[in-house]
Amino acid sequence: MGRLWHVAVYLFVVGFVLNLVGIVGHVLVSSFARRWFATPLPNAFTTAWYAYSWREFQLDQVLTVTLVVAASVTALALGLGFPAAYLLARHDFRAKNALLLLFFLPLLIPQMTYGIPLATTLYRYRIGGTVAGVIAANLVPMLPLAIFVLLPFFEQISVNLEWAARVHGASRFQLFRRVIVPLAVPGLLTAGLLVLVTTIANFELTFLLSGAGSQTLVVALYYAVFAAGMRPIYSVDAMAVIYMALVLALLVLVLRFVRPTQMVFRLDRRN
Amino acid sequence: MLPAAIYLLVMFVYPFAYGVILSLQAKGGGISVANYLAFLLDPWQVRTVWVTASIAVPNTVLTVLLALVVAYSMRRGVWMERTITTALVLPIALGTVLVAEGINGFYGPKGWLNQGLLALGITDAPRLTHNYTGVMIALLVQHFPFCFLMLLGYISGIDPGLEAAARVLGAGPWAIFRRVMWPLIAPGVAIAFALVFVMNFGVFPSAVLVGQPAGATRTIAIAAYQQAFEHSDMAMASAIAVVMGGCQLLGLGLILVIRRRMAATGVATVGAGKR
Amino acid sequence: MISALSFRLTKRFGTRTVLDEFALEVHGGEFVTFLGPSGCGKSTALNLLAGLIPATSGEIRLDGSPIDHLPPERRGFGMVFQNYALFPHLTVFDNVAFGLALRARPRAEIAQRVRRMLQLVRLTEFEARYPSQLSGGQQQRVAIARALAVEPRLLLLDEPLSNLDAKLRLEMRSELKRLHADLRLTSIYVTHDQSEALSLSDRVVVLRDGRVMQVGTPAEIHDRPRTRFVADFMGYRNFFPVTVDRIEPGGLVVARGKDVTLTGRPVTPLAPGSAAVAAVRPEDVELTAELAGPNVVRGTVRLTEYLGREHDVEVALDSGTMVMARVERPVEVGSAVGLRLPSERVVVLPAGDGA
Ligand SMILES: Nc1ncnc2c1ncn2[C@@H]1O[C@H](COP(=O)(O)OP(=O)(O)OP(=O)(O)O)[C@@H](O)[C@H]1O
Ligand SMILES: [Mg+2]
Repeated sequence: MGRLWHVAVYLFVVGFVLNLVGIVGHVLVSSFARRWFATPLPNAFTTAWYAYSWREFQLDQVLTVTLVVAASVTALALGLGFPAAYLLARHDFRAKNALLLLFFLPLLIPQMTYGIPLATTLYRYRIGGTVAGVIAANLVPMLPLAIFVLLPFFEQISVNLEWAARVHGASRFQLFRRVIVPLAVPGLLTAGLLVLVTTIANFELTFLLSGAGSQTLVVALYYAVFAAGMRPIYSVDAMAVIYMALVLALLVLVLRFVRPTQMVFRLDRRN
Repeated sequence: MLPAAIYLLVMFVYPFAYGVILSLQAKGGGISVANYLAFLLDPWQVRTVWVTASIAVPNTVLTVLLALVVAYSMRRGVWMERTITTALVLPIALGTVLVAEGINGFYGPKGWLNQGLLALGITDAPRLTHNYTGVMIALLVQHFPFCFLMLLGYISGIDPGLEAAARVLGAGPWAIFRRVMWPLIAPGVAIAFALVFVMNFGVFPSAVLVGQPAGATRTIAIAAYQQAFEHSDMAMASAIAVVMGGCQLLGLGLILVIRRRMAATGVATVGAGKR
Repeated sequence: MISALSFRLTKRFGTRTVLDEFALEVHGGEFVTFLGPSGCGKSTALNLLAGLIPATSGEIRLDGSPIDHLPPERRGFGMVFQNYALFPHLTVFDNVAFGLALRARPRAEIAQRVRRMLQLVRLTEFEARYPSQLSGGQQQRVAIARALAVEPRLLLLDEPLSNLDAKLRLEMRSELKRLHADLRLTSIYVTHDQSEALSLSDRVVVLRDGRVMQVGTPAEIHDRPRTRFVADFMGYRNFFPVTVDRIEPGGLVVARGKDVTLTGRPVTPLAPGSAAVAAVRPEDVELTAELAGPNVVRGTVRLTEYLGREHDVEVALDSGTMVMARVERPVEVGSAVGLRLPSERVVVLPAGDGA
């Protein structure tokens, strides 16, 4: 009985992973197909769709925007999140729970729900549709993400260490520069990579806020898939593969620092 | 600290409040609930609530149940665990759009799956993409790994000694689950339920790309989006977003109430001789 | 109550042998302790007995019939875990009631029995609390009550006192002793603390790297360690490499070392001429005015340590060998002293470890 149960669970997991392989594999194979129509594999292969999609979808410009957005969001999220996480980890104050809730909500509430009012506001101030608008909007969930990833790293750093540094004559600034920051490097790296890869893959907010010149790769991909039929599906899949390569390269880096189970839920320990 | 808090106040709380106020503004000025009435009285619009719920509720139950079963069975580690968990991170990292495109190909009428079925002689397999089923598949592919990894992290954090203690005291597999593990996992399952439900209720790209956005899978997020960007009616769009948020809150509240009930009626506590 | 438990167990993790043909017979009502340093396989042995992990080979017999095929939940044992493993979601009462509730006993009987157990461990007024609201010692007593409540055929205790502070540990030790005297449960106790082992047990099993070094009553282990390892573990601090010179008519051995010629008790038969080790505890070393004589060494005090009632003294012999002594009156660092190693307190062990 117990054995049967485990076999069933295993089969399900294997099936699920196969389904992922199928999903990713289809896109990959299709991007190299000259034509592919209801056969296990295409009859002829080509790499031409990559050049085609690079040209047709203006991927040079899209990629530039993507990287600018991802880098800016990461830098801003770390810059703003670092002191916030430090203070949350170190000090108890009356508004702490309210603040934690404020930081928690943008992660909990789906982006479509607050994205529409946010887009409304940003368009009203004429930031909507620009690269700045996309960065500003993405920062709303990414800043809390950075804070919650950094928080345990700061909690790990023993207060005694800080006291020891102070006792030995380090000023507040020196303490930060010589003790806290070096010790926080792994945390910053983890948070930075996670924010980077999440921003690149973040769809809803970018979609609502981007205009003609400020689309990131996922949004461009969305429009291409949405308008399937306008261009050969193989070229759409070629773009998808470029996107996939970008995300996977970063994911490999991310997984060097975090366990897969840590990637999904950073919040349960907080409530 | 301050800059981060101020940023979120300005970019998160303010737009939200602004959206609520905007939704309450009548066309000519003044406060009215006209936008909400318009939404609720238009069958085409109000139907989206039902459509979204009929996707979100069954999908959430299925996702959490499957994830719970698999995570619980894998709590003491299994063969190739690292590979499996890494593979499961893929759809989370790749995001909805790519997964949607892949599903359209793989599960499509010309995809590998259907080819396989045809080879097995199954010629009348139901259509799996661009309909309700497609959205269900897309959401499951997206949220099962999320939910599984979260619950696995949660369950493997429980002291294995508790299980050993229960066994020595005479508890079989079912008693261990029911009396020891479940009460300890239940809070995690409630959180998983809440998160998956909320995500499911806001479904947008999957509903458009793998679904039937003009019909069977016209979810409330699509309605809000169309109102804002196709009809440029920000007030009405905000009203719909508020309704969407309200439904999500309602779902969250319900989950919390059920969780309380369960804790209070002794599902989570083993009273001596309570049975 | 059971009348006998016997087992013979081997456990390997991968290629590492953690328990090597560990065999023992335990009588009904006996309190047996597994004693050994960290990592020697004590917990592994207990987990094997409980059925929590499978043995690589071997068998366990309870009253003559093998129980290896039984899963832990059907062995009817009780176990106290090192970290207690109390169920955090249950009150003290429900924790203790856990095993009984599983056996579907009538409610009144459960309540009565739980209350009796709580009385036994003196926690009656805490029954409505949750484990997180208890001190370490209280949690430990809950763990004991929970194990006792099911009237186990065999009680297994895995270093149950190791998480407590020194004072509480002594108190709980007495309580365990009292409980065992009251209930006469067949018990196996695991510890790396020799004083715990000596004070609690009917019999002590000294383990090293998964092998039995010696089995015996506390007095036997304490007074007649059979190897240097066991002696070391039992608090013998002074070891002199010697050669056996002759055997006296009374059975005492005269052995010659580079510092001294010692007369002592052999623990195993020793042939003249064979290499041996003479061991003596600091507590048994006496200060003496004589500077020479049988079983007397002399040297210079290098270090003294005040312990309240006594002093620990480190004396360097002329050859450089260090001797530790525990003495009652203070001595000056740097002064020359004579030390007597009373022959009835010197044990002579075969050289090598006997491992
Ligand atoms: N699951 C396992 N896999 C591999 N090695 C193990 C495993 N469990 C225990 N060991 C090894 O077996 C040896 C004995 O472990 P055990 O826990 O029995 O020691 P112990 O005597 O109880 O020590 P302690 O006093 O520290 O509790 C140790 O060296 C340990 O590293
Ligand atoms: Mg141990």
